[in-house]
Amino acid sequence: MGIEIIFLILAVLVVAFGIGVVVLNRRRQGVQPEQRPPARPLQPRPGGGSTLVDERPPTTTPGALVPDELVDEPPPIEEPPAGTLRERLAKARSTFAGAISGVLGRATITEESFEDLEEALLRADIGVGIADELLSVLRAKVKAKEITEPAGLLDALDAEMKERLAGADRSLNFETLDDGGTNVWMFVGVNGVGKTTTIGKLTKQQVDAGRTVLLAAGDTFRAAAAEQLTTWAERSDVEIVRGAEGADPSSVVFDGVEKAASKGIDVVMADTAGRLHTKSNLMDELGKVRRVAEKGAGKVTETLLVIDATTGQNGLIQAREFGEVTDVTGVVLTKLDGSAKGGIVFAIETELGIPVKLVGIGETIGDLIDFDSDEFVSALLER
Amino acid sequence: MFDNLSNRLEGIITKVRGKGRLTEADVDDVMKEIRTALLEADVNVTVVRSVCNRIREHAIGATRSKALDPGQQVVKAVNDELTRALGGETLSITYADKPPTVILMAGLQGSGKTTNSAKLANWFKSQGRNPIMIGSDLQRPAAVEQLRTLGRQIDVPVFSDPEDPILTAADGLEEAKRLGRDVVIVDTAGRLSIDAQMMEQVRLISGAVNPDYTFLVIDAMTGQDAVQTAEAFHNTLQIDGVIMSKMDGDARGGAALSVKEVIGRPIAFASTGEKIDEFEQFHPDRMASRILGMGDMLTLIEQAEKAFTEDQAEAAAAKLMEGQFTLDDFLEQMQALKKMGPLGGLMGMMPGMPKELKDAKIDDDDLKPVEAIITSMTPEERVFPNIIQGTRRARIAAGSGTTVADVNRLVKQFGEMQKMMKKMGMAGKPGKKGGKKGKKGKGSRAMPKGLPAGFDLEQAGIDISGLPGAPGMPGMPGLPR
Repeated sequence: MGIEIIFLILAVLVVAFGIGVVVLNRRRQGVQPEQRPPARPLQPRPGGGSTLVDERPPTTTPGALVPDELVDEPPPIEEPPAGTLRERLAKARSTFAGAISGVLGRATITEESFEDLEEALLRADIGVGIADELLSVLRAKVKAKEITEPAGLLDALDAEMKERLAGADRSLNFETLDDGGTNVWMFVGVNGVGKTTTIGKLTKQQVDAGRTVLLAAGDTFRAAAAEQLTTWAERSDVEIVRGAEGADPSSVVFDGVEKAASKGIDVVMADTAGRLHTKSNLMDELGKVRRVAEKGAGKVTETLLVIDATTGQNGLIQAREFGEVTDVTGVVLTKLDGSAKGGIVFAIETELGIPVKLVGIGETIGDLIDFDSDEFVSALLER
Repeated sequence: MFDNLSNRLEGIITKVRGKGRLTEADVDDVMKEIRTALLEADVNVTVVRSVCNRIREHAIGATRSKALDPGQQVVKAVNDELTRALGGETLSITYADKPPTVILMAGLQGSGKTTNSAKLANWFKSQGRNPIMIGSDLQRPAAVEQLRTLGRQIDVPVFSDPEDPILTAADGLEEAKRLGRDVVIVDTAGRLSIDAQMMEQVRLISGAVNPDYTFLVIDAMTGQDAVQTAEAFHNTLQIDGVIMSKMDGDARGGAALSVKEVIGRPIAFASTGEKIDEFEQFHPDRMASRILGMGDMLTLIEQAEKAFTEDQAEAAAAKLMEGQFTLDDFLEQMQALKKMGPLGGLMGMMPGMPKELKDAKIDDDDLKPVEAIITSMTPEERVFPNIIQGTRRARIAAGSGTTVADVNRLVKQFGEMQKMMKKMGMAGKPGKKGGKKGKKGKGSRAMPKGLPAGFDLEQAGIDISGLPGAPGMPGMPGLPR
């Protein structure tokens, strides 16, 4: 870092402060009196919580807390209702058919048809970039007279999207390790996406499928996170390794791996605290958890990024950042049973090449299912 | 969090601000960019459409009017629309005549209700109130345990009964009255807006406690769904305000805009970090400025006020404007700046900062050579850097462990900075001295002495709308951009 740039930055800040005082005064002196009464006390707020830019060190002190993680929990073990993803999501979908039926309601393909399709894609959180891309493919086909009917437009879009998601390996990776080591499946993501619940559901499924599982409560940060995971361990009758609140998550996961290996357990499901991908120290911590998990008799064979279906365009950034520190191998899309369509995973898979492997579509333990890309696209474009 | 949006808008506005007249094609370009920017920020499609239509009307008007620079008109239209869409003013809590004041928290799973219940309780405590929290989330395993842990941390009692969420709420309210607590915060389970049974449950909880305020907690990272969710909760519960959680991420938070537009209720609070006190009342005007590339100047100032004493600030600002700013002052400011937090974070809040500077990763350690050079100077050299020639340079370089070229560059840049400050000071000269008299409050006391009341930032070449090309320090020559 050259002296020049450092000095420049300092100069900017020093000057900016001077200007800031002026601007502030102008504002307080009646430029916007109705919004900013001059008498407003400006004492620093208690605890100094007024910053919008958080650059603090990792907060593992007892005074800190994490936003609410996962939430509604299934009543214990119930059989999943039968039916396809699409059928099961019908109630959520019915409210939004507007834009798509607009396309079909016209006798011919017009500019409005494209606008309606764009709106449908945007509403599903596909993102403006990919929506433009998909539509330009359609426009080209219309121009070449390959498509002449409005229904053909929808079919072509459906086919194009399915094509883009085709061929990915969506199975959960399990390896038989020579040295009797254990598979470690890590779960990462921002706060409140459903990591702990996903682990709970997946554990039950793996146990039912005949594998032995141990849970490692790597979220040592959020109040009562370990209690939440313990409830899940009890529901599937598997062992759990916990650390003290505020303990180093790497050591909890390491202990879990060691214990699992010594008992010949197949899979360790490692929970981690939710963290915003912008906090570099917390992301470093996550990288460490992954490295330490392989220090002993374990191999990380899956790192699953959990994404909430309501997530907007920020999801792509999350996937990129988590991918950088933990080498994410798959995405779990949760809460798809709500009114959100989870289109951001389309962007994550097609732009970053991270396959979506599982979908959470309800609150019962069976409501975690394999991701079916065709069903997903059909549900997204439900007419 | 709106950084990228502001960068994008800055880019657009640069294109039009120089023009004397906007053509239809210009307006189309501008509108397309604004639309994309808003969509990428997760503003709801429908909201984008209405906001864009209103901006467009103003922008078209701009092509016909010669009274104002059309670029300025577009900026104004965008600013007005965003400010309006975000809500005009900060929601202020009116406490119930007959305590307790009851607050109900609702939202989707994982939006942050439990954490924000505790943050809100802590905020009420800081306002001199005695809150109690009621754990009506009996759905998620250990949710009440989480609330109790948080309650212990902030020394706020928690009431819960594992039997029934509705009874818990009702009994909790009685308990609050018995204990004489004047604010009651009811945490509820997360629920999907389309889950009729669960929505009915929260409606009954609401009926049982008859809340004065019902807050909907929404994750700042939410996409298009924010609108459906907000509408559904509003239809069931009559939402009074929104709490935006996870605002410390880099999500652009278009949801804030959408929700306000659709349910017409203000964003009341924002959660800005993981610590329990990282929670504040939402300031729509600040957020709108931030979208427009103003940077969050007010937040910056508040941080500055914590780090600098008032006297220091006044003296520095005055010297700065009069161009009597020495390297000693600079050193002092720099050290105070370090107290305000990592420089990278501060840069991010600056309006109109060139992207290269915003993205420059600076470690506070990188400042050491600068400090070393200045501290290796004699007091005389610090006041009159012009005298630093040949042997002095070599001595300073040796003393600070840097090179002669480094010393040269620093001295040269400081000279340019001084020149520029003088220019700013001159522009402000015609006015009278001092701030308005008789005003209480820190604001006017922080007014730098010697700073003319009529000081015009635009006149001084400082564009307070923080547009590119005027990155807070116009006229600074030879800056690498």
